[in-house]
Amino acid sequence: MIRRDRRLFWIGFAVILALLAAAPLVLPPFWRHFVTEVLIWGLLAMSSDILIGYTGLISFGHSAFFGLGVYGAAAALLLVAPPNLFLAIALGLVAAALVAGFVAYFSTRLRDIYFAITTLIFSQIFYVVIFTWTSVTGGENGLTFTRPGLGIPGLYVVRFTPVTMHWFVLAVVAVSYLILRRITRSPFGMVLQSIRENESRTRAIGYHVEHYKMVAVMLSGLFAGLAGVLYALQNEFAAADFVFFLVSGETVIYNVMGGIGTLAGPLVGAAFFLLLREALSRYFTEYYLIPLGIIFIAMVIFMPQGLLGFARRWLNR
Amino acid sequence: MTIPWDLIVIQTVNGVVTGMILALVASGLTLIFGIMDVVNFAHGELFMLGAYLGVLVLASTGSFWLALIIASLVVALLGAALQIVTLRPLIGRDPLTTILATFGISLVLQNYALWQFGPISRKIAEPVSGQFRLFYLEYPWYRLVIAAASAAIIGAFWLFLKYGRYGIWIRATTQDRVMAQAMGIPVPWVYTGVFAIGSAMAAASGVLFGPLVGVEPYMGLAWVLKAFIVVVVGGMGNFGGSIVAAIFVSLLEAYASIWVSPSQAIIVSFVALILTLLFRPTGLFGSAVR
Amino acid sequence: MTTPDPVTDPVIKVEDLHAYYGKSHVLNGVSLEVGRAEVVGLLGRNGVGKSTTLKSVMGLVHARQGAVLFEGKPVTGVPAHKLARSGIAYVPEDRRIFRLLTVMENLRTGLDRAGMTESRRRELLDKVYELFPVLAERRKQHGGTLSGGEQQMLAIARAMMLEPKIVLLDEPTEGLMPRMVAQIARIIDILHREGVAILLVEQNVALTLECSRRVYFMEKGEVRHHAVAAELDANAAVVHQYLGI
Repeated sequence: MIRRDRRLFWIGFAVILALLAAAPLVLPPFWRHFVTEVLIWGLLAMSSDILIGYTGLISFGHSAFFGLGVYGAAAALLLVAPPNLFLAIALGLVAAALVAGFVAYFSTRLRDIYFAITTLIFSQIFYVVIFTWTSVTGGENGLTFTRPGLGIPGLYVVRFTPVTMHWFVLAVVAVSYLILRRITRSPFGMVLQSIRENESRTRAIGYHVEHYKMVAVMLSGLFAGLAGVLYALQNEFAAADFVFFLVSGETVIYNVMGGIGTLAGPLVGAAFFLLLREALSRYFTEYYLIPLGIIFIAMVIFMPQGLLGFARRWLNR
Repeated sequence: MTIPWDLIVIQTVNGVVTGMILALVASGLTLIFGIMDVVNFAHGELFMLGAYLGVLVLASTGSFWLALIIASLVVALLGAALQIVTLRPLIGRDPLTTILATFGISLVLQNYALWQFGPISRKIAEPVSGQFRLFYLEYPWYRLVIAAASAAIIGAFWLFLKYGRYGIWIRATTQDRVMAQAMGIPVPWVYTGVFAIGSAMAAASGVLFGPLVGVEPYMGLAWVLKAFIVVVVGGMGNFGGSIVAAIFVSLLEAYASIWVSPSQAIIVSFVALILTLLFRPTGLFGSAVR
Repeated sequence: MTTPDPVTDPVIKVEDLHAYYGKSHVLNGVSLEVGRAEVVGLLGRNGVGKSTTLKSVMGLVHARQGAVLFEGKPVTGVPAHKLARSGIAYVPEDRRIFRLLTVMENLRTGLDRAGMTESRRRELLDKVYELFPVLAERRKQHGGTLSGGEQQMLAIARAMMLEPKIVLLDEPTEGLMPRMVAQIARIIDILHREGVAILLVEQNVALTLECSRRVYFMEKGEVRHHAVAAELDANAAVVHQYLGI
């Protein structure tokens, strides 16, 4: 990457980071909460982009990874006292990784379209299991728990305020973004993109495509689970709804709206979608998905590169 | 443990009944996928709209069969319109875009139904009343009638495909799209027609299934999921395979509900899916030559 | 050697056609014409763009530049199925008959056009069964069960169902036994006598020179030479130059 582009990137990144960090200090509580939520969904969308944008696999299974991240954190916070932040994160990630491994094993045997369907089916399997296993998961009503404090348990623990919670989420999302970015630019990331471009040729060259796909799914699932953990910490609530396939669907929408294969795009897409939802629900109340769905379809047809892709093209002119 | 033979027979009948309707839903999906390479995520919503239209027509005319016909025709037209507006522009692009587009359509249709009809479920009255004795049960006739109607529709379509004039168009387009065009077959319209037929099948299943369950905006979700499982287990793109798989999966679930609750019985179909993916990923009748 | 006179009122006229496969510039400005009921040959080495030219005329390959005129009217960009119904028939390399359809069904695909009556359909079918008794015998068999030569006959018969003004024939003798090659020559002659024009792409030079009135020679995506077939034989210098035999 050219030195000038590198510098531009870091400057841009720092500016946006500063803006987002300052946000909770200047915004009213509703919007402060909104920005934090956008970051969390943005992380989920980014994780999904690894599959959709870089490997060329549409996954409808992210609700399972996200949901298990939420429940994993919930489990840690409910079962172990005093509530331990790092245990919550660890358990959430492990739960998500296990589910991702399971799904990866079955879905990566199949190509493109079949992959989408099987991830959908699997995410619904998890939904049904969680929904019906009410003794453990609280079924429809879900579980509530308390947020742990930040710090090292036993030594120094400080409670989260909404502002510090926001900064914590921002830090996790920013670091995740940088890690994912690094991965997409690594040789591994290059192989993924090669799989997206031409799977049979990549296989012919000698790469074990199934293995790469599995790792991609697990990686994607891990970060989706991390988003789930953040959600649990932010909202202190876990419910079967988060494992419902609609979450996967909305994730895919964020990706498409923002621009697949750009990593930052999905985050923009999430912001765009959530803002649209706010705006549209003022006029359409709970039926906001009708105009939003139409906008989405129109974007698939006319703006397939998403907002970011469109902006890039416009800037290059 | 004594084997509950009477329950097994009853559940066999139930399984076949549900299986036939599921077969109708699944074959519409398979048709659209096999011929157009489109995964129709909105299929469940077309099913749901068919059911609602059935409710409306039944309320105003009192005839179940009229409801069946009108609902199918209206949804067929809707399907054709959707295909022309949203799917034709996507021909030639990455096939994954059609998944996204149909997913978008499903969201819009679901919420439209929610808006127009509200969340409270409605009922479609049975077409035929009366029961017969099946062991200790009074088994309603209409269930058998519905199963027969589904079978009839599938059979009629199969005949159309084999002997009808436009059936040849569809079969030729499936085998070699380019040469079909070179023979003067208007392939873009064949696609529209196929999508319309698939939509009509979904709508018909919705009306037929109406008397068995409540009609509500989200009913499509559960059924499209089952339909997808059936399509994968049967072998994607294999018409006959999805019909057999539909009955097979429904029977499994019916037998399972003898011992567990219905919402848990669905786990059986999940297991069937997993086993199929493990041992025969192309489906039981897979690597189909359509 | 005389350069042939320009054709008056050609059935097909191709003007400066450019086409690409991805980034590859396959047709580099092809120009040719075929007169009514005329048999014209298109010769050249493998890969020079002969098949692509036929596909472009048929609307199966997108033309980036240039024009195709059918009976004087521009048809570049018109979808293939409309061209087929207007009277351009295409018989591709490797035949591509519908393997899972019966012989009869294969023929039927060309018979569902506007203005076709049931009696006209019967007439056409009977005519083709008379010309190709083998097909009549096998009419209920699936296309995939026919031999190579029989499939070639079916592919041509199928094209005839469109009652075309011109048939685009791509390498009809490829993979056929010598006995069948003579059959192909006979069929081309029959079509010619019916008033159907033929644009014939072939590797078999002798056959092409025998059946055609004029021949074009292509190289690297362009037409480089144009001659009257009767003035050439298989040993002509020009043939060696463009076919490297």
